[in-house]
Amino acid sequence: MTKAVKSALIIGGGHNGLACAAYLARAGVQVTVLEAAERFGGAAVTREFAPGFQISAGAHLLFALDEKIRSELQLEQHGLEMAATALETIGLDEDGDYVSIAGGTLSGPGALDEDKTAMTRYQRQMNRFADVIWGLKDQLPPRMGTTAKDDLLSLGKLGLKIRRLGTEDMREFLRITGINVYDILQERFTSEHLKGALSVDGTLGTFLGTRSNNSVFCALHRFNRGRDYALPKGGMGAVSEALAAAAKAAGATLRTNATVASITMDFDRASGVTLSDGETLEADVVISNADPKTTFFKLLGARHLEAGFANRVHHLRTRGCVAKLHLALDGLPGFTGLDETQLGKRLLIAADMQYVEHAFNHAKYGEYAQEPVLEITVPSVHDATLAPAGQHVLSANVAWAPYDLKGGWTEVARADFLERCLSVLERYAPGLRGQILHSELLTPVDMEQEFGMTGGHWHHVELALDAFLMMRPTPGAAQYATPVNGLYLCGAGSHPGGNVTGCVGRNAAKAVLKGQG
Amino acid sequence: MKTFNIDSPMHHKTKVFPSPFHSRQAEWNENKEWSRWYDYLSVPSYTDETMEYFAGRNTCGVFDITPMTKHLITGPDALPFMNRLVTRDVSKLKPGRVGYSVWCDDRGQVIDDGTIFHLQQGQYRLCSQEHQIDWLMINAHGFDVSIVEDTHDVAGLALQGPTSCAVLRKMNLPGIENLTPFGMASFDFEGTQLMISRTGFTGDLGYELWIDPDHAEVLWDRLFAAGELHGIRPMGSDALEMLRIEAGFIMAGADFAPALHTVRSKNTRSPFELGLDWLVDFKKPVFNGRQALLKEQQQGSRYALVKLDIEDNKAAEHSYVYDTRERNIGWVTSAMWSPSAKKNIALATVKRPHGKVDERMLVEIYYQRELAWSRKMAQAVVVEQPFWDPPRRRQTPPADW
Repeated sequence: MTKAVKSALIIGGGHNGLACAAYLARAGVQVTVLEAAERFGGAAVTREFAPGFQISAGAHLLFALDEKIRSELQLEQHGLEMAATALETIGLDEDGDYVSIAGGTLSGPGALDEDKTAMTRYQRQMNRFADVIWGLKDQLPPRMGTTAKDDLLSLGKLGLKIRRLGTEDMREFLRITGINVYDILQERFTSEHLKGALSVDGTLGTFLGTRSNNSVFCALHRFNRGRDYALPKGGMGAVSEALAAAAKAAGATLRTNATVASITMDFDRASGVTLSDGETLEADVVISNADPKTTFFKLLGARHLEAGFANRVHHLRTRGCVAKLHLALDGLPGFTGLDETQLGKRLLIAADMQYVEHAFNHAKYGEYAQEPVLEITVPSVHDATLAPAGQHVLSANVAWAPYDLKGGWTEVARADFLERCLSVLERYAPGLRGQILHSELLTPVDMEQEFGMTGGHWHHVELALDAFLMMRPTPGAAQYATPVNGLYLCGAGSHPGGNVTGCVGRNAAKAVLKGQG
Repeated sequence: MKTFNIDSPMHHKTKVFPSPFHSRQAEWNENKEWSRWYDYLSVPSYTDETMEYFAGRNTCGVFDITPMTKHLITGPDALPFMNRLVTRDVSKLKPGRVGYSVWCDDRGQVIDDGTIFHLQQGQYRLCSQEHQIDWLMINAHGFDVSIVEDTHDVAGLALQGPTSCAVLRKMNLPGIENLTPFGMASFDFEGTQLMISRTGFTGDLGYELWIDPDHAEVLWDRLFAAGELHGIRPMGSDALEMLRIEAGFIMAGADFAPALHTVRSKNTRSPFELGLDWLVDFKKPVFNGRQALLKEQQQGSRYALVKLDIEDNKAAEHSYVYDTRERNIGWVTSAMWSPSAKKNIALATVKRPHGKVDERMLVEIYYQRELAWSRKMAQAVVVEQPFWDPPRRRQTPPADW
């Protein structure tokens, strides 16, 4: 029999680690969170990148934070405030013929009438399908090959959800989930420009182009049931701070500048951790917010794992491929065709699907995109705390920029890639270059260093059907418990994956309390 | 001598490799029959398998083990690597000693069995029935070890039988008689090193001789010259098969399906299901299959491997096994009439809870007499001890014949 868990150590104070800490603390577990950086949040963090300019250094849009977590942990009471909500997505156009997407509503000078009707249908269908995929987000994924009631129930629920779509939608769901966004967007829409913008949802943050299978799945994973993009006041770090406050209020001990060097084993059980300064801590369970490769290889050591499992972890796809661009601007940028109020939306540079595919093609061969895809926010439009008066910050995800760049991310390569980003931006926002006071480019290698994520990968482990639900990160660790007694996972490498959701942390807490594994 | 150069771009033309002993084997091979053992030519039987078998029991027989897969594992993490790989505790295996073990996948199913030679501190040789290099490389991740498959760089002869020690003594190998079972020693030999281990696959007094392939023929010649008055003769794989069944040794591909080559999971076997409980050391905190085997230990195994003593003298090859009420409970995996034990013997797989010592079973034997088929439901009983296990197998120093 497993005895009740009384104490827990959480390696890493990312948003999931904090959520996990909050839930465990509320259940009476003595929790200590150990964060290596000087602030909490992992890749959901706000920091200064140039004097007076604050930026969300990792994730820069909030769109998937779980409602249940928000209310259960009372994040609003703990200081979470939105600077802007319901942000439309605007597919930029060099000539100003942009398209604006707000849920199922399409507008803007580039919007075609036939696409408007198609958009409503697309939105309805994707919402239903995303519901199936997200339906199990706050459950422990079922284990395979067992006859335990919980597992069968969980599998049954998934089956039922698919069946409930009705014959037509079920067929369509089964047809498209494994295939690529290029095909399904081609079937549904006319405007090349609109298709380009929509295809970004299936490819950004993954090693997939528009024609790569799995990209529909990724689009569904991002599809957040009609809720649109939001910007927290004070940047993404505000989410983490609210989670930290909630965890603290529940009684968790939170420590920054505490780098875990290794997980300690007591015979066949994880019994604690050793910090880089030599300090040792013990607890009933150790929960890792770090990615699976960091957890199992760097902190634990492959030798404490059986070889088949270690081999599966070894082969997890963890090659990050998105860079982050931060610009401090002397004034509002002028994107052709957009008025001032539109600058604060989610802006996409993805001329058409061919453009996106070409940007990805380079990554396949270890090169960065010559004409990158950009997802841009100018959060200071909504939030004056981020930049000095009259000045602004621009944050952009830039794809594709592979972690393992041929020849490495040398100063020359960085400078050249930055130049390519700026020259693309300049085409859409003439005069932008002249406004730049400071710039910062984070390659996946930088993100690996800053956030401790293997490969600088947003999702810790590539998001794909073969790494979802009971396959995430890999069988044997897909229920948050790992093959090592007393060691759990609570990071984006586990179900339901990356993005700032808090779900992994909450589910992991549930698994720990259940004592599974 | 080395019969091919694997580094040559044209080496694919060699096809099946002649063993480094090939010239000598060909001289002795009256039957002119060859079989294939992985990459090598092997001899099923030189003249008559029964004669060769009797050499192994009454004088000594020589069997070419060069084709056996061999690996050299070195480096600072060689011990932790080996200990995670196999089920038994390798830290107890001192330098200069050899140990038998099995290794499992994460499901606790046996991938293969073989012998571990602790050559010197931080250096092991792993000999296996199946090719293992891919599995070993998978296992190497996270360990500071170097793993080389050196099957082609080491020639090997098994010298098995009661006069084997006497033959080696005649070759002037000082102290050979003091070698204990599972011990090994190196000797200067014709300008090279000859490594001899007191190991074998016959359950009798016997040795295995390891040398570089360029000295293979001179080793054969010296051995046969020394053994002339001690009844030495080459043995083929058919004779070895008889010897190992008598000794109760299991073989991958015959008595169990190696896990990595098995598609249907019900057809693999755990060490417990092969009667190898003694090889599983749960005092190690981690090894491949540990968690699954712990679970199996609590929940019970599916199968048991048993030794059967069967009435009459018709070999029970490929037979079904029944309980006394004629319900099918398993099948025979290896069988023969044992000339030394004078018994009709078999190794069989039966479903648990069957398989207890002294349990009575029935074996359905089909046999031919002058082309006419007959069937017999033969009485059989489960026995605990191997059919052949003479004291001379362990006696040190061995008797001088």
